[in-house]
Amino acid sequence: MTTIRVNGVDHAVDVDPRTSLLDLLRERLDLKGTKKGCDHGQCGACTVLVNGVRINACLSLAVMHDGDEVLTVEGLASGEVLHPVQQAFLTEDAFQCGYCTPGQICSAVGLLAEVAAGQPSEATADLDGPVTLTDAEIRERMSGNICRCSAYPQILAAVRRAAGAAA
Amino acid sequence: MSTVRDWAAPNPVTENRSGLIGKPVDRYEGRLKVTGTAAYAYEVETPAPPLYGHIVSSTLAKGRITAIDTSAAAAAPGVVLAWSHLNVPAQAARGTRLNPRSQRASNPALESDRVEHYGQSVVFILADTPENARAAGGLVRITYAAEDADLDFLSSLDLAGPAPGEEDARVGDFEAGYSASEVTVDDTWFSPLQNHAQMEPCATTAWWEGDKVVVHTSIQMVKGGQHALAETLGIPSDRVRLFTRYIGGGFGGKGQAYDDLTLAALAARESGRPVRVAYTRQQMFQATIHRPAVQMRVRLGADRSGRLNAMALEAVTHCARNAPFVEHAASFARNLYAAPHRLTGHRLVLLDIPHAGAMRAPGEAPGMLSLECAMDELAEKLGLDPIELRIRNEPEVDPDNAKPFSVRQLVRCMQEGAQQFGWSRRHPTPGAVRDGRWYVGMGMATAIRGNFLLPAKAGLRLTGDGLATLTQGMTDIGTGTYTILAQITGETLGLPLDQVRVELGDSDMPPAPGSGGQFGAATAGSAAYETAMVMRRRLSELAAGDPRSPLYGEDPTLMDFANGNIVLGNRSESLAALASRAGPEGVYVEGGISPAADARDWSQHTYGAQFAEVGVDSVTGEVRLRRMFGVFAAGRILNAKLAKSQITGGMIWGVGAALTESNPVDPRFGSFLHQDLGGYLAPVHADIVNLDAVLLDEADDKANPMGIKGVGELGICGAGAAIANAVYNACGVRLRDYPLTPDKVLAALEAKGL
Amino acid sequence: MKPFAFERARDVDHALSLAASSPGARFLAGGTNILDLMKLEIEQPPRLIDVGRLPLAEISETASGGLRIGALATNTAVASDPRVRRRYPALARAILAGGSVQLRNKASVGGNLMQRTRCPYFMDAAKPCNKRLPGSGCSAMEGLSSTLALFGASEMCVAVSPSDMSVALAAFDAVAETVRADGSVQRRPVETLHRLPGEAPQVDTDLAPDELILAVELPPPPPGRQVWRKVRARASYTGAIASVAVAGDRVALGAVAARPWRARFTEAALADGASPAEAAGAELAHADGPESRKSLVRRLAADAIREAKEGAAS
Repeated sequence: MTTIRVNGVDHAVDVDPRTSLLDLLRERLDLKGTKKGCDHGQCGACTVLVNGVRINACLSLAVMHDGDEVLTVEGLASGEVLHPVQQAFLTEDAFQCGYCTPGQICSAVGLLAEVAAGQPSEATADLDGPVTLTDAEIRERMSGNICRCSAYPQILAAVRRAAGAAA
Repeated sequence: MSTVRDWAAPNPVTENRSGLIGKPVDRYEGRLKVTGTAAYAYEVETPAPPLYGHIVSSTLAKGRITAIDTSAAAAAPGVVLAWSHLNVPAQAARGTRLNPRSQRASNPALESDRVEHYGQSVVFILADTPENARAAGGLVRITYAAEDADLDFLSSLDLAGPAPGEEDARVGDFEAGYSASEVTVDDTWFSPLQNHAQMEPCATTAWWEGDKVVVHTSIQMVKGGQHALAETLGIPSDRVRLFTRYIGGGFGGKGQAYDDLTLAALAARESGRPVRVAYTRQQMFQATIHRPAVQMRVRLGADRSGRLNAMALEAVTHCARNAPFVEHAASFARNLYAAPHRLTGHRLVLLDIPHAGAMRAPGEAPGMLSLECAMDELAEKLGLDPIELRIRNEPEVDPDNAKPFSVRQLVRCMQEGAQQFGWSRRHPTPGAVRDGRWYVGMGMATAIRGNFLLPAKAGLRLTGDGLATLTQGMTDIGTGTYTILAQITGETLGLPLDQVRVELGDSDMPPAPGSGGQFGAATAGSAAYETAMVMRRRLSELAAGDPRSPLYGEDPTLMDFANGNIVLGNRSESLAALASRAGPEGVYVEGGISPAADARDWSQHTYGAQFAEVGVDSVTGEVRLRRMFGVFAAGRILNAKLAKSQITGGMIWGVGAALTESNPVDPRFGSFLHQDLGGYLAPVHADIVNLDAVLLDEADDKANPMGIKGVGELGICGAGAAIANAVYNACGVRLRDYPLTPDKVLAALEAKGL
Repeated sequence: MKPFAFERARDVDHALSLAASSPGARFLAGGTNILDLMKLEIEQPPRLIDVGRLPLAEISETASGGLRIGALATNTAVASDPRVRRRYPALARAILAGGSVQLRNKASVGGNLMQRTRCPYFMDAAKPCNKRLPGSGCSAMEGLSSTLALFGASEMCVAVSPSDMSVALAAFDAVAETVRADGSVQRRPVETLHRLPGEAPQVDTDLAPDELILAVELPPPPPGRQVWRKVRARASYTGAIASVAVAGDRVALGAVAARPWRARFTEAALADGASPAEAAGAELAHADGPESRKSLVRRLAADAIREAKEGAAS
């Protein structure tokens, strides 16, 4: 039996060891907001936050997450009030078909926490200095989420807007 | 039948009194998408717990299945059934139509022992869980007998034949004109095979209700999908109810039904349970359509002043042997530049590889990668600015047919783009600008893409709560259809947006052709507009004939609509009140649009100018975008925010075409080298730096009643050529073999001694 | 994915005894590579031993002034560690150039060292591949993939290691510490942890089936500037066409062999006073492959060495 807390709700599931965290969410817990784009960690559509850290849910087994706390796109809004990142994506039109969007949004939520924690990226010019949220930093840190509709300029604007709202 | 003159009078959309038209409102379904609650085809609720299908694909390019053993798979845990051609339920023979009016013919799955391309479906497994279905697929044993196959495009060019039903377009005497020209360019370009790589894999959820099948599938064409499935199952189309409400990217690749649809429907019937089937990412590459490779020879001849005297664009492309398709890479040239002597045409090689088909801006997308670079070469030979060369060849009328342009703002696009981009700062000498180890350069190209209007219908219901609900068998593949239809309906009826609902993607709704060819907004939108006009007339007549209405007895043709009311002078009544008196169902009307009888008397296109600045790493040959800007003219814009998203998305596809996207066929196997998103390189966020676009004010009164045109494909046109021209300007390397990957750029740099 | 047994290891000894008692079992840490391959049935372990929660994620100072990085430290944790950023910036940069944030948040140092090639013919179970199915042939040799080995390949296999991290680790003379079920501890240089393909390309490393990586130890960084460079077709989230790590007078090349490739001829030439171009050429003189690819690596290495000597071009 695997116990897992998803969006604040505890679940105890008897799960096939082969079941990915992604398929657990989608097929067993009926949380289909997290998308399956490639199933191989090559697109980012399945991005969720596990214990506050963004990962690809497709490249993780559900059984590896016993006791973990998972946050998916369904868990971001507070009732009718959208999470600032969700609202920013809506305002900036940071998506088209919408299929990569839950992953992009979870990724952006993770990104803001990583920057606040001072974690560097490839775009960080001075590894020894503080990390600031430049456009180049956002682009690089969001590069694990492919948007084939190519809403990248708007995603950049949305992350910037959400970062401003959080600041 | 109407004529374009009928569209000239002001109407609610062109008057735009409440300002909804053009307004950058948020996406209608946006809240569902940012909360993860928009249900895509694989995700819809089912009436009972579903079973899961998995397709096994052939690993042979061409030949026969001589033995197939599904016994281990059928006996594996959780497996409900395992089908091959030996035991799949009967389907109608390929290409047949029960109903001669069906838009698509039968397309059976697992139909025989024949294998016609790598990745073809050969076995279908149905099981209780996705894990069991897929694992059982791995237990299938197949023996093939291979046959000789034509798999390699470039080594099969001698097999090229005429494109079916086409002749070369010849004007004047190209050969004589070319040889008499003072300045010439003669070069050959190659645009590789590319994949759509939509983020959502093709998927279907299906169940049966009596003798009727309900399918939710990811497809751009509602009727096309419904008819294809009905014909394949051999049943009338009214026994297929097809839904496609949210589509995770299409780009042309979901213009047709694939085996997930057929097999889900068959398996649901056989099992009596709902069934979900999705393609794997690998199958998306091997088992759906792709943009074929195109080899293009361009010859330009001009006089010293830069006037084109001769122009030829000859394209050779490929398609699957039994699935005809022509990538019309040369056609756009006929409408773009005038030259007294011209030759354009297409040749086709039939290959035994997966099916070629339409991908975003078929024709222009690869085609402009050649001609727009050839123009850059010609400009350099003439010592002219590339924009000036194009202005000198700007035609007065469409060069192809001497028709007047409905509107053509190409020159304005180039001039405004040049100013906003800072084109004057471009150094005309290649290799003159350095930034550290980077060569820096600028390039430009034009964009042209046709505009079309197809017949379409829509339904509109006004209910007693004052809500107007537009219904249409149309799709929104991320293009913004939901949103613009709401804006058109609201503006035409004088209703605020929160009083308008839009329901799409249901085969029971009045039909529209779907999303493709950037005709969606104009076609579906015009039908919505006409339907809302029908509603206005109906409501006016209702008010005029109803003693309970304050407008009773008045002339219905004088009544107006604003702020949720029907109005005449200082008297008015709410639409809600009018609808509630009409009955419990309110008022329902249908309407539609057809192309104008004389629409073809004008040349109708969308236009643009693309500008790019790139850096080329002098050490490694890596090319990186530094900034990109485009100016476009595409008729009246319905939603400034969503239209720009469409345009910039297209431009980014051009970046991919120029720099990273290619999927070669391995001629030993007939498979693509890249079968996943780790190998096939669509642009990622870090590739796209400082990219922006502007849409000019325009209204095309020959296009449709609203003067709107499409924007979905224009953005990709010419975008890659602007980048290739920028690469040349940066480092003097003229590469004609896309994409411009580091290995090719570096080899060219070294050949120049750099 | 083939069915398998899943077991979470209680401690290191438990993990090792499980591994020793179940033939074909594999350790599972972040899972970002092995699960990818299991979905394609390229890997079919009958048992996965989840070591992900063993207490092996610490990064600590060593007595000699280096760093000891627990095998389960995530890529992100290593690249974010202030000591790594300050003293081993080429390692931090190499890590940050690999995959995506999501992958780096999950992937571990030990798993990174154990990751398998991403040769497209290895990744396609329908194709002949000696690494995947010994004796079936090598499809890459005459194939379409251009990122093939320049060093240490054999007639059997031309695949390259996809790890960026290990290139920097090799430049720092890092050592992988492992333990087996019998309690024996081994220290293996990262540079030679991976075998060259030879006659048995299916065997990636010398590690025994019951051998678990505990940590990677970095000696103190050599004096001098550090440079990391990675060549790729798109700007992020893709594997290297070639890479180079320079740490003082040491040079390692990436995506050119089945292991991170220390350019010893280059280092020797530099010690003899050769120019960066000459030094890079000294290594490439021993390379086997297309001239264009050799040329890329030569230019890349030379420029990185030059940058380490002179600083970045302005």
